[in-house]
Amino acid sequence: MSDLNTAMIEKYRSSFLKEVEANVEEGEWVKMCMQCGVCSGSCPLGKHWDHPPQEIFMMIRANKRDEVLSTDSMWMCTSCYNCIARCPRGLPITHIMHGLAVYSKRLGLTQKKQPTAEFSQIFWDNLMKKGRVNELKLGLSMYFKDGFGQGIKNAMANQKLGQNMMKAKRMNAMEFFGGHSVKDLSGFQKMVKKAQEIEEGNLKDAK
Amino acid sequence: MADEKKFAGYVCTGCGLGERLDAGQLETTATRDGKMQSCKQHEMLCSAEGVQMIKDDIANDDVTHVMIAACSRRAKVEAFNFTDVALTRANLREGVIWVRPDTDENTETTQEMADDYIRMACAELKSMTKPSASGEQSLNKNILVVGGGITGMTAAIEAAAAGYPVHLVEKSGKLGGAIGSYYKVIPTRSPYDAPAENPVPGMTEAIEAADNITVHLNSTVAKTDGAPGRFSVEVATESGTSETLTIGAIVQASGFKPYDANQLPEFAYDKSADVVTNHELEALAVAANGGPIKRPSDGKEVQSVCFIQNAGQCSDKEGHLTYFAGVTDLVSIKQAMYFKELNGDCDTTILFDNLRTPGAGGEDFYRAGQQSMVTFSKGIASEVVPGDSLTVKFEDKILNEETEMACDLVVLATGMEPNSGPDPYAQLMVDEAEDEEEKAKAQAALENAPPSILNLQYRQGTDLPHLKNGFTDSHFICFPYETRRTGIYSAGPVRRPMDAQQARDDATGAALKAIQAAENAGLGRAAHPRSGDLSFPSFRKEGCTQCKRCTVECPFGAINEDEEGYPMYNESRCRRCGTCMGACPVRVISFENYSVETVNQQIKNCEIPEEWDEKPRILVMACENDAYPALDQAAQAGVEINPWARVIPVRCLGSVSLSWVTDALNSGYDGIVMMGCRRDDDYQCHFVRGSAMAAERMSKVGDTLDSLNLEPERVVLHEVAITDVERAPQLINDMAETVEKIGLSPFKF
Ligand code: SF4
Ligand code: SF4
Ligand code: SF4
Ligand code: SF4
Repeated sequence: MSDLNTAMIEKYRSSFLKEVEANVEEGEWVKMCMQCGVCSGSCPLGKHWDHPPQEIFMMIRANKRDEVLSTDSMWMCTSCYNCIARCPRGLPITHIMHGLAVYSKRLGLTQKKQPTAEFSQIFWDNLMKKGRVNELKLGLSMYFKDGFGQGIKNAMANQKLGQNMMKAKRMNAMEFFGGHSVKDLSGFQKMVKKAQEIEEGNLKDAK
Repeated sequence: MADEKKFAGYVCTGCGLGERLDAGQLETTATRDGKMQSCKQHEMLCSAEGVQMIKDDIANDDVTHVMIAACSRRAKVEAFNFTDVALTRANLREGVIWVRPDTDENTETTQEMADDYIRMACAELKSMTKPSASGEQSLNKNILVVGGGITGMTAAIEAAAAGYPVHLVEKSGKLGGAIGSYYKVIPTRSPYDAPAENPVPGMTEAIEAADNITVHLNSTVAKTDGAPGRFSVEVATESGTSETLTIGAIVQASGFKPYDANQLPEFAYDKSADVVTNHELEALAVAANGGPIKRPSDGKEVQSVCFIQNAGQCSDKEGHLTYFAGVTDLVSIKQAMYFKELNGDCDTTILFDNLRTPGAGGEDFYRAGQQSMVTFSKGIASEVVPGDSLTVKFEDKILNEETEMACDLVVLATGMEPNSGPDPYAQLMVDEAEDEEEKAKAQAALENAPPSILNLQYRQGTDLPHLKNGFTDSHFICFPYETRRTGIYSAGPVRRPMDAQQARDDATGAALKAIQAAENAGLGRAAHPRSGDLSFPSFRKEGCTQCKRCTVECPFGAINEDEEGYPMYNESRCRRCGTCMGACPVRVISFENYSVETVNQQIKNCEIPEEWDEKPRILVMACENDAYPALDQAAQAGVEINPWARVIPVRCLGSVSLSWVTDALNSGYDGIVMMGCRRDDDYQCHFVRGSAMAAERMSKVGDTLDSLNLEPERVVLHEVAITDVERAPQLINDMAETVEKIGLSPFKF
């Protein structure tokens, strides 16, 4: 568990709701949920989750901090926006799901091997290198994320798809060697760094 | 105008009547069979010209009785409004041409129908006289308001503002009632985001300043005698003095009593001082005097509080209230916000199952509660464990788990019970109980009855009749303010559970109704639903057997008894339903324009064809409030009605005399259909009990059929609503089919 996590527990000892309000994107909406269940009923995936949105909001209010931050339910959200369109109270549910995922990741509470979380990390690392996504490398990173043997198996299984993409000029094998970057790469990296600093600062203030 | 009677008939040929019917023939029927001294046709009788023609005849030819053969009696009432004569109408449009197909093979039966309706109307007219007020009427503008809570105060202020002097009687030593001692009230104005200031102090000032409101504190109503327009009310004070007032009309605003939470041992109400009801919390909030609310046991500032919704209400458990108080969810939101206002960062949880926030601002107020960080948890509390810190055990309905929470104070959202006084029919319930268990229950209710509020000197008991759960009876669908005692209006939570604002609105309505009742009484006019009616029942004393049926069955307790046991009518208490008339076994009760005779004449003057004609006759007696309008609407919609049917509108099914049924069967009708309003606890009968009384009376019709050796299917009684546009005609057509199956009546001579 991270220091940040310990600090947050200390700070919001009695109210996880307040912690969510302060630190999670759109978290101040959670208290407005009226428990109608429309979101859970509308979510195409909700029934496969441990905790559909309505339940997550109730858990936050019932102070179930550990369960919420370590569940992988919010990672399963596909951003279909069904829930937002239907919530009678106008809660930005999709955004709250993402906000909770981000917060749990920051505190280091996300489940290991959570596929969406893993993919997100790979995507981020890939993006940071050149300021743009190198699709060939992104694909390969995904193939090989569970070890070399599994990677070869994945690659063989998708061989045909890869060849067709190259034929259709949707992928370029040369990108494997370095690959091209955005125009002002160092400018891009500085910008991201600054944004990160601001966000960290916000959390530190919260400490 | 001469004393001599002069009968005139008028046949309208407009609206297609002239094309479908032989008007000359109708005229002949009216003069030859109906014995009208004159009969005129007009191509549009309801036009200014047509109406003028009738007016001229009344003015110049001394016409005293008018028969109009045109549209339904429910149409063109403004045009055909001749108050100086006795008036009847033959319904040829909705009753005949609109319900019969326009084809050659139907011309004959359609004309027969029309001729019959003319004969019937003429015969009815012969036994009618023009109604006029009894002479008993008197105008008294004083309004008595019983109960000085927020409801009674509002009624007093409103009636006084309309220029009617008010006497306001309050049992305790000060005005304000339950709400008077509340910290704040549910907001009544946009943006509905915080509890609002208590309006009672301002209202008290207004009442003190008003010069036409007399307040009687520490007083009760010792006796109420008389009738609207001439109530004689004895107001007694605690100290033993009393004074008698004459009153025009009364508003009863006797309010509610909070539910007794001692019946909730599971929530430790009897064990812990820190478990309080919503009602008691108000006192804690007031005592806090702007500082933090403290818990009763040790005066500790409350840092966590839990509200348990539906405590002892909406539940079938023994001792619980089966109904919802309607407002207790809003009340808890309001009180939760007290803690947010006064107790800083106090953990405030509302445990609810169904959160109901009615009213214009209800949803906004709920959101405001959420904004202020009140936690709303969907859960059902099962137990409160007393201790230094209270433990509330509950089932979380979202997370599906049994769980618990700790808090300093528990507030039980308990319901409200009406202060409606004793049930006037409690003794009757004992007498009429069907088994021992029922009798014991009724006996217990009678013995535990609270003291009377109005002390009415009525034959039918001292107080307003109850509906369910002790709330005063009122016609919920059509005339919610009307009670079963004319000129006495109940308002506020004695009528149904409600919050302060609803009670104030209710009181305003009741005050206006009371004013209307006082004015009506001054003119001798009826209240709802026959508003404006001047006719009133009278009885032929020589014929009366003092059987008491009328005094017992009148749904409005209008009839008292004199020393000899004869009925004493009170015109201004009467609603003109005719239930007494239908009840009287010796048929001595009648109205000027509605009597056993007027209907009997209609029944007899419909021509019954000979058996070999194979034309049955079906008598339909339809309640004029719902069934008859339903048939009118059906006619407008072009629904067909069987040509053998003859419909007679009745004031209420309660007015139907068993003799009409017997006479009709004897004179050869093949089937009888009676249509009245729904009569159970969710009744729709405009005269409340009329339809039920009729059903009881008609249960004896089987004996009549038996003695005549007729099939029981020939007489049916249906509950019909005004919306039964398809069904009402169908019921008539069904009877035609029945008759077809079982054959014609053998009583055709
Ligand atoms: S739809 Fe909105 S109000 Fe309803 S449970 Fe979901 S988040 Fe709450
Ligand atoms: S946006 Fe996410 S939470 Fe909302 S319905 Fe779609 S998948 Fe479910
Ligand atoms: S039964 Fe009806 S008509 Fe008769 S006295 Fe009572 S209210 Fe009047
Ligand atoms: S019902 Fe008829 S007979 Fe009986 S008391 Fe009344 S008026 Fe007299």
